[in-house]
Amino acid sequence: MSALTREETEALIQEVLEVYPEKAKKDRAKHLAVNDQSIEQSKKCITSNRKSLPGVMTIRGCAYAGSKGVVWGPIKDMIHISHGPVGCGQYSRAGRRNYYVGTTGVNSFGTMNFTSDFQEKDIVFGGDKKLAKVMLEIEGLFPLNKGISIQSECPIGLIGDDIEAVAKKTAAETGKPVVPVRCEGFRGVSQSLGHHIANDAIRDWVLPRSEGKAHVSTPYDVAVIGDYNIGGDAWSSRILLEEMGLRVVSQWSGDGTISEMEKTPFVKMNLIHCYRSMNYIARHMEEKYSIPWMEYNFFGPTKVAESLRAIAAHFDDTIKEGAERVIAKYQAMMDEIIAKYKPRLEGKRVMLYVGGLRPRHVIGAYEDLGMEVVGTGYEFGHNDDYDRTIKDMGNATLIYDDVTGFEFEEFVKRVKPDLVGSGIKEKFIFQKMGVPFRQMHSWDYSGPYHGYDGFAIFARDMDMTLNNPCWSKMQAPWLKKVEAVEEKAAA
Amino acid sequence: MANIMIQRGSKTEYVFYLPKRDLEDDIVSMEFNTPEKWGGEIKLNNGGTYYIDPQSKPAKLPISLRAKRLDAAE
Repeated sequence: MSALTREETEALIQEVLEVYPEKAKKDRAKHLAVNDQSIEQSKKCITSNRKSLPGVMTIRGCAYAGSKGVVWGPIKDMIHISHGPVGCGQYSRAGRRNYYVGTTGVNSFGTMNFTSDFQEKDIVFGGDKKLAKVMLEIEGLFPLNKGISIQSECPIGLIGDDIEAVAKKTAAETGKPVVPVRCEGFRGVSQSLGHHIANDAIRDWVLPRSEGKAHVSTPYDVAVIGDYNIGGDAWSSRILLEEMGLRVVSQWSGDGTISEMEKTPFVKMNLIHCYRSMNYIARHMEEKYSIPWMEYNFFGPTKVAESLRAIAAHFDDTIKEGAERVIAKYQAMMDEIIAKYKPRLEGKRVMLYVGGLRPRHVIGAYEDLGMEVVGTGYEFGHNDDYDRTIKDMGNATLIYDDVTGFEFEEFVKRVKPDLVGSGIKEKFIFQKMGVPFRQMHSWDYSGPYHGYDGFAIFARDMDMTLNNPCWSKMQAPWLKKVEAVEEKAAA
Repeated sequence: MANIMIQRGSKTEYVFYLPKRDLEDDIVSMEFNTPEKWGGEIKLNNGGTYYIDPQSKPAKLPISLRAKRLDAAE
């Protein structure tokens, strides 16, 4: 195996930085690091959650993407109005593949795009009247909606519309919750702030609605938070929790409903999958409702078993037995999958560059298949994400924060991983370079990847990509033939 | 002044969390830690120092408070 040593990796980073002007070089140097497991705090080696450098290609999104696209969008029985010009909502519509059960357009609205379609006159005279009208129209056309959220796009903040007032007025008229979310795209440095704003909106506008509501609770009530049901992820996670004896009261926000969110303050424990986007609300509930929370990781059998045991440790013996039962039940299936795919994938090296939790969470799943993650990075992670990542990554591996298009390409050219896992914007660049690629944001139109059932699909997909015969056909046939003929002649 | 949250920790008694700067760290020492008087100068594992007004020990944690930065590590 041609793993790079620490010195080589450091030299690689220096080499990549060489092309930048002095100031940019200084800035970017802080975001690239060689992993050192002995470091306790990531900020000693890497800077994160800073403004992207103008002029480089960044892969980040905006606050609106974090709120509408990630946190609010998947809540299926609410209508999320992309308040502002039509593009933001339309070009991100249904891109994240948050699956849900329901009849679209009747009682579920996940893949639909609602927008107030701002025109010049709305910018000049304000869009509040239009917003109120849109919401009343929605009530007439989609009477089975359970509420509306107003997801602000940039102009709303720029012209200073008072969407809170409109929300309150409309909520009084319709009797349904209307949640204004101030997630204008220009806020913050990445989608991360959008998550925070969305969490705050849930805290202020949704959770208080639970007060005084009746709830028959059991000691085994849990909420699954931060699972967006991409390709059905939440479903393959949920069945494991239910099999071990827990009662999943609510599921956010993949395949989620507003009534589930309102029920969350009654649960005994919050289980957080995507720490980055939902830790804020978990911390809030811990303080206000005394609900403990924990992170878990459902990628790959090793981590699933670890997480199931860790979850069970917070409950009594029936749940602990349940966890062991579930682990034992799937063990045979997992052994079979590993026996099938490990020989085909063993020793392959992977580079990742994804969003909030996957750069560290999927490492275990790759390791279960005998693969090695040689580079990882977050688009919008914070230092606490890197704190958690350092321990999971091998020594002398590459870590890159908010990597630029140029840097990522150079790293891949030099490190030569067997597989790259990143988003759609990177996919075709690397495929054209002849590097097998998986789109790890929406599982490349596959999934689920969570849980035991998900791992089976994960292993199959990785094998399908890596061992695809197309990678040996990167050279045009006429170029190949000449060599072969020459060789023959020489022989 | 910044909004902070103090939680129970696993390694040390308390953990300090400053959402604005995304700083989560163990509290290594707290000036006052008795039921009647609690708070004062807080030292973090990373070397930073913050000050919260001394108050009676909160009945439950986590708790959100206002803190003054005396010396931030960086």
